[in-house]
Amino acid sequence: MTDADTALLLARIQFAFTISFHFIFPSFSIGLASYLAVLEGLWLKTGKAVYLALFRYWLKIFAIAFGMGVVSGIVMSYQFGTNWSVFSDRAGPIIGPLMAYEVLTAFFLEAGFLGVMLFGMEKVGKGLHFVATLMVAIGTFISAFWILSVNSWMQTPTGWAINAQGQFVPGGSWLNIIFNPSFPYRLIHTVTAAYLTTALVVGAVGAWHLLKRRRAGMVAPTDGSQNAPSSDEAVRKMFSMAMWMAALVAPVQIFVGDLHGLNTLEHQPAKVMAMEGHFESYPNGAPLILIGMPDSKAEKTHVLLEIPKASSLILKHDPDAPLEGLKSFPREDRPPAEIIFWSFRIMVGLGFLMLGLGLWSLIARVRRRLYDWPSLHRFALIMGPAGFVAVIAGWITAEVGRQPWVIYNLLRTRHAIAPIAVPAVATSLAAFVIVYFIVFGIGTIYILKLMARGPEIGEPQLARAPIRSAGITPGPSVGRRGADPRPDQSEGAD
Amino acid sequence: MDLTIVWAFLIAFAVAAYVVMDGFDLGIGILFPAFRVGKERDQAMNAIAPVWDGNETWLVLGGGGLMAAFPLAYAIILPALYAPLIAMLLGLVFRGVAFEFRWRDAAHRPWWDAAFCIGSMVATFAQGITLGALLQGITIEGRAYAGGWWEWLSPFSLLTGASLLVGYALLGAAWLIWKTEGEIQQDARRMAKWLLPALIAALAMVSLATPFLEAQYYQRWFEIPGLFVTIPMPLLVGVASFALWRSLKRDRDAHPFLWALSLFLLSMAGLAISMWPDVIPGRVTIWQAAAPHSSQAFMLVGASILIPIILGYTAWAYWVFRGKVGEGYH
Repeated sequence: MTDADTALLLARIQFAFTISFHFIFPSFSIGLASYLAVLEGLWLKTGKAVYLALFRYWLKIFAIAFGMGVVSGIVMSYQFGTNWSVFSDRAGPIIGPLMAYEVLTAFFLEAGFLGVMLFGMEKVGKGLHFVATLMVAIGTFISAFWILSVNSWMQTPTGWAINAQGQFVPGGSWLNIIFNPSFPYRLIHTVTAAYLTTALVVGAVGAWHLLKRRRAGMVAPTDGSQNAPSSDEAVRKMFSMAMWMAALVAPVQIFVGDLHGLNTLEHQPAKVMAMEGHFESYPNGAPLILIGMPDSKAEKTHVLLEIPKASSLILKHDPDAPLEGLKSFPREDRPPAEIIFWSFRIMVGLGFLMLGLGLWSLIARVRRRLYDWPSLHRFALIMGPAGFVAVIAGWITAEVGRQPWVIYNLLRTRHAIAPIAVPAVATSLAAFVIVYFIVFGIGTIYILKLMARGPEIGEPQLARAPIRSAGITPGPSVGRRGADPRPDQSEGAD
Repeated sequence: MDLTIVWAFLIAFAVAAYVVMDGFDLGIGILFPAFRVGKERDQAMNAIAPVWDGNETWLVLGGGGLMAAFPLAYAIILPALYAPLIAMLLGLVFRGVAFEFRWRDAAHRPWWDAAFCIGSMVATFAQGITLGALLQGITIEGRAYAGGWWEWLSPFSLLTGASLLVGYALLGAAWLIWKTEGEIQQDARRMAKWLLPALIAALAMVSLATPFLEAQYYQRWFEIPGLFVTIPMPLLVGVASFALWRSLKRDRDAHPFLWALSLFLLSMAGLAISMWPDVIPGRVTIWQAAAPHSSQAFMLVGASILIPIILGYTAWAYWVFRGKVGEGYH
């Protein structure tokens, strides 16, 4: 390996590492900001203390996650220049303005209203505070809009021309650049993934507390004070809301993912062929390799399990449609199938497990066992991190699948790199790895501790009245939703 | 109208906004160990907790805007300053998370207080070095940086780094004088009285050294017509320093911060005079580095609508948290 190759590899690892870490936080905070807005809106509308309790509970977690997203995001905005300066010089006239719009329309909005959202409830009143929450939520979405437009342009560049300095410059309408062919699919797929990720986290926290309370209930069945009703209600409410989200959004996500895949096949066929592990071409319909081991050197995939014609059926919606395999692309233009074959399968597999969780929760609802089905709760708990894993796996599929290009078919990754010596990149990479694992590892522990504590009744002056358990007798309460601030326990009683 | 000039001013504005806004909250981080554990530190933290994130966004705008409007400058300056910029980013990571983490974990609060302080110091020092390295010149070949990865290191860049530490610390102390009362305000005032002479000394050293770095600076400052600016400049700095000193003596609340701000603005004006019309002094002019007209125009539409709105709601957020801060969390 030459020095240049080593420097390239290290810079790529550094970018992959920092962006993967960064991506975890927005994929949580996009969904969580919207969830907070919904909770606050419901609280303002219904006046129910349970929504306020949930809002405050998740707001603390949001503050930590958002802070980590901000600091890891600043790193990204400079790394384009520090490590990919040729890319910045050549693509700056196109992606620079899009990122500047992200700062102007999203980052300032989020940052400007975040302070009020976190600390300003008593200072500005409920109405304006809700506006602040909405602005933060909208800001997270706008941010996703612009940065995914940038990313999509790198995948499917349109609307460009080349100037005398070799820079990619706008070659017509900016709308052509912003709404490049893969952008709509990527945006919907990614934002939906963020919502799903958040729903799974909220659901897992709810499930954990349901399990915990059930266990506590078994140990001391007569101890009613253990489960303050409102906090019980909050746990159920968040679990129920999260399961609705999973049940409704998981199928939508699978559908959107399919559309996104078709779009990718149209614009980046080599990526899809690597995802499928197809080196050979299949003139009469390609099989779907479920389990296998692609080998780029030998140009073949060792197949363990496959379904005939299914790949063509999925990709072309026709079992006999031909597919041109990786061998029909020059070797130097092929992405590494070993990685994205598996990252894709992890993402899709988790997606179907999410669908399973959503369906199970619907069955539980029909059977009135949503809060009383420990194996469902355990499944929801295990699925808590699934969204993050799927998001990262999907991101790896998209970005590694873009290789060897940084701008698809126009600029190779190895031609985009900054003139940074190996020891400098090696040092910075080591520093990022150490600092990120320490800082974000500890942040994650703090978040998990907050999650373990569970939601509690809101501030006394904000709850309508002190809410108590229904006396010394535990079990079903007579309260119904709406009229009485006490929780509805009728569904959960066993 | 030449959009390149407009964008040069806008980027300069973003950098200036960043320096004064994140300057005071980095400064509070630098001074953090000087405050008593407990109430004082909590108050100092609360004086910036609601606004630091917005302040730091100007840094992202400065970087992102530079890439968008002057991609060549972005592509040369950032690799040239690789080590200090990475150090700055890591420093900002530590101090950024400390805002939340120190409240979440009382047992390890001293650790996060240290992270807050060291992170702020590293970020500030790195920013100062960046400025010095830019002023002293960057080796370029073609469209790329061609120096080694230690080129930024020089006595001059270390001097600018140290000067910025003093400068931000003064801004931070002045902000606390404005936003707090009681003991911590007294402490901040005491610190400001030490920091002001230190800053004047630092400014004097940087100002005296700069003209000898490049012939361009020398001509700018010591030949007609530059001399007309050179003569009033120290005078204005003197007036601002005197007014700042007097406002400290007279126990004013808001005045020290405003005068400290004016010192910063004067220094930045001096820098602009030295550099104009280069974006990389002596090497690349703003026109050579500029993005094509269509990129600049597209962004300008957004910037001219959005920046006033941003300033509006930023001002509102500051207004919401006006007055003296307490010590409790949120």
